[in-house]
Amino acid sequence: MATDTLPIYKKRDFQTDQEIRWCPGCGDYAILSAVQMVFAELGVKRENFVFISGIGCSSRFPYYMNTFGFHTIHGRAPAIATGVKLVRPDLDVWVATGDGDSLSIGGNHTIHMLRRNVGLKVLMFNNKIYGLTKGQYSPTSEVGKKAKSTPFGSVDRPFHPLSVALGSEATFVARSVDVFQSHLKETLKKAAAHSGSAYVEILQNCNIFNDGAWEALTEKETRHDNVLELVHGKPLVFGKNRDKGIRMTGLELEVVTLGNGITEADLLVHNDSDPNPLYAFALSRMDTLEGFPTPIGVLRGIEGTPRYEDLINDQIKEVQAKRGKGDLGKLLRAGDTWEIRA
Amino acid sequence: MASTITEPLARRRETVESAVIRFCGDSGDGMQITGSQFTNTAALFGNDLATFPDFPAEIRAPAGTLPGVSGFQVHFSSTDVFTPGDAVDALVAMNPAALKMNLADLKPNGILIVNVDHFLETDLRKANQTENPLENHTLDGYRLFKVELTKLTRAALKDLGLDTKSMDRCKNFFALGMCYWLYNRSMESTERWLNDKFKNKPILVQANLLAMKAGYSYCDASESFQVTYDIPPAKLEPGLYRNISGNAALALGFVAASQQSKTRLFLGSYPITPASDILHELAQYKDFGVMTFQAEDEIAAITAAIGAAYAGALGITTTSGPGMALKTEALGLAVAVELPLVVCDIQRGGPSTGLPTKTEQADLLQALFGRNSEAPIPVLAPSSPGDCFWIALEASRIAVKYMVPVIILSDGYLANGAEPWKIPTLAELPEIPVHYETNPENFRPYRRDPETLARPWAIPGTPGLEHRVGGIEKQDVTGNISYDPLNHEHMVRTRAEKVARIAQDIPDIVPEGDAQGDVLIVGWGSTSGPITGAMNTLRAKGHKIGHVHLRHLNPFPRNLGDVLKRYKKVLVPEMNMGQLVMLLRAKFLVDAIGYNKIQGKPFKQSEIEFKIEEVLGVL
Repeated sequence: MATDTLPIYKKRDFQTDQEIRWCPGCGDYAILSAVQMVFAELGVKRENFVFISGIGCSSRFPYYMNTFGFHTIHGRAPAIATGVKLVRPDLDVWVATGDGDSLSIGGNHTIHMLRRNVGLKVLMFNNKIYGLTKGQYSPTSEVGKKAKSTPFGSVDRPFHPLSVALGSEATFVARSVDVFQSHLKETLKKAAAHSGSAYVEILQNCNIFNDGAWEALTEKETRHDNVLELVHGKPLVFGKNRDKGIRMTGLELEVVTLGNGITEADLLVHNDSDPNPLYAFALSRMDTLEGFPTPIGVLRGIEGTPRYEDLINDQIKEVQAKRGKGDLGKLLRAGDTWEIRA
Repeated sequence: MASTITEPLARRRETVESAVIRFCGDSGDGMQITGSQFTNTAALFGNDLATFPDFPAEIRAPAGTLPGVSGFQVHFSSTDVFTPGDAVDALVAMNPAALKMNLADLKPNGILIVNVDHFLETDLRKANQTENPLENHTLDGYRLFKVELTKLTRAALKDLGLDTKSMDRCKNFFALGMCYWLYNRSMESTERWLNDKFKNKPILVQANLLAMKAGYSYCDASESFQVTYDIPPAKLEPGLYRNISGNAALALGFVAASQQSKTRLFLGSYPITPASDILHELAQYKDFGVMTFQAEDEIAAITAAIGAAYAGALGITTTSGPGMALKTEALGLAVAVELPLVVCDIQRGGPSTGLPTKTEQADLLQALFGRNSEAPIPVLAPSSPGDCFWIALEASRIAVKYMVPVIILSDGYLANGAEPWKIPTLAELPEIPVHYETNPENFRPYRRDPETLARPWAIPGTPGLEHRVGGIEKQDVTGNISYDPLNHEHMVRTRAEKVARIAQDIPDIVPEGDAQGDVLIVGWGSTSGPITGAMNTLRAKGHKIGHVHLRHLNPFPRNLGDVLKRYKKVLVPEMNMGQLVMLLRAKFLVDAIGYNKIQGKPFKQSEIEFKIEEVLGVL
């Protein structure tokens, strides 16, 4: 294996011959294209990629990736992927999921995968709606959402996906947008480079059941005032004229306008490696505050936390080093035995 | 040598064929340990035996109360043992609650040892007793030994400097010492066990040893005990033996399957009574490369195992009824993607939480049919604790050969009950060949083996085999998504046919007892012991009785239908409302008669004897 050279891949090497069955105009196409391009550049052999998904529009993803793929059942992709990764830590295992799949029916597996820091890369397509079941509100839909199952508006309080991830001890948490191709690709590369669990929320447009859910972030007119691109080591600046920033006083975030004595030196400087998760947590829900932008990029990416699959496999190796490889005959004869003679 | 010493007491030493002892007390009294120690000693001596541990679901119900009673019964014998025994020869009761709950099973004139120190007014009140049974005539029909177990234990340990609570914890070993004396047993193996168990706490070794020896000496010195019993070794098949419980045997069986298939064993499990011990056992065998994953829930347990199987491991998951219900959807996925998997359901009383620590065999129809749509799964059932070892190997063999999930139905009684087990040599273990597909030439994920209909096991990381599988219906051969009506019917029938073909690969059944005649008893699972015992009794009376014990419940052995026709009557005893009997009637149009007990307790041999006589019309 070690003598094999890595083939030079192109995007088309990761495309399949399967007819893509997402609706025309769906944000998933852009995500698929970005992933195919990024995979070609990761320096990983195609046979070592595994894409695992649950149920929902996003979960059809593996069928369109020319890698090993497993389309499983609703919400369980992180658990299935954990089994794969434990047995084969050498494989590059990715999970495609959505807001319903990951945060509703699969919430339990999501939080425990992150808690354990299994080396999986999770792409959570958040369109704030159930698409494949034709338009019910999701756990990320805003209060008051009028959908098929909530004709008078949803009364459920939504999850902030990245707050959930950080609360689950996630070591890598990022956000990108389906149509921001170059940002999305960079974010995917960073997720790929992270050693442990990487949880990437991709804001994705469902043009059939929730069209325009992210419009304020994606439209040319408004995007600069509503999106804040996080760059490690740089101050939190946004706005069409890059004249607005985020300041922190005590534990409170504040939007300030640069000028009138306020300079970039007064702003928060992005540190995605802060060992204290408090700052990243504040970022993860900043968009819910009136007048605040939505941060995109890596909110938090800390290295040094051991991966679950390594801990499990190392423990086995340690026991084998200490006790030697198991001897079945000896095991069967262990404990008190007695001989019955003929 | 002529003895010049006069025996201080004129003692009798009687040899009997078998005996049944039950230790019962509070769940904190250590009755399970006491019982297992006696069992090990009897096993090492060479007796055949069967045990029945019976304990409450609560870890420590309020001390001294009826719900807190825990018991351990052991039947040991110089002849073949089929059951833990219908009635008890010697009962050790540590308090009034234990006495009240267990006295009914003690034989007339049976030995009854009670701890009088726990028959004070407060103890009686906790057990809802208004009168002291030691003082009225309740116990007249038994050989009652009123022993100051607590006081005598404290006296024996007084020089160790332990507090009262710690001293009182040793009183079960005082009782154990008494029983060793009564049945002329050596204390050696328990001494060895104590030395090992408490190797870091020598004071506890010393305390328990002292208590046990004090109990032994107490009987020796007391004039009350006039008889001791000898139960000679049984004539078991020659070989090397150990004592084994069903759960331990399952764990060993899977380690063996992993070695025989040269495939890593992966267990995904979520703790549940009475299956957790399999997880505990397998977690110890890391030297065999065994990987255990304690999942966040039952669903993650099975799905992680499916992921492990997808990656090339021997994936297994262990659970009980409520967990089985949660795994349902994932089982369907394993059927659809045709991956090997073994699911162990250690059945307990239900529905819902039911009777977590009590036995039942009411998950048969769930195992066979409890999934959406047509999702056939092979189902196996071990017939004794030792058979759990072999059933684990058989289930693994079928799973990897046919690329199917397989369900093993054990139950609480097999799981915790123990019996002497003849240890196989490695040469006696079946080969379990595994082939991972590596050839990319014309590779198709659903191209089938013409004989078994198994699809290739093509694991990630294999160059050129990149492909997609999933729960959506697939076109046969290519594995592409297909909603074609005819393809769906073809796939449904193919998955069914694949499971049906396993029948070609399992042995025909040969009834025990008479090959034809009056009554055929068909059983499965843990009922084997009482059925065999009952059959022997009835045959000795001249009736023509056969017994078939099904280890393969789906598919059935090929000749089952023929065998059923050879008897005038077919009787099916089950610890459920009649599940196997329903299958037999439906499949073979045979007028099989069900006999059902749903009490969380195994059948007594006498109950089955009575039922056979009723069926024979000789009552």
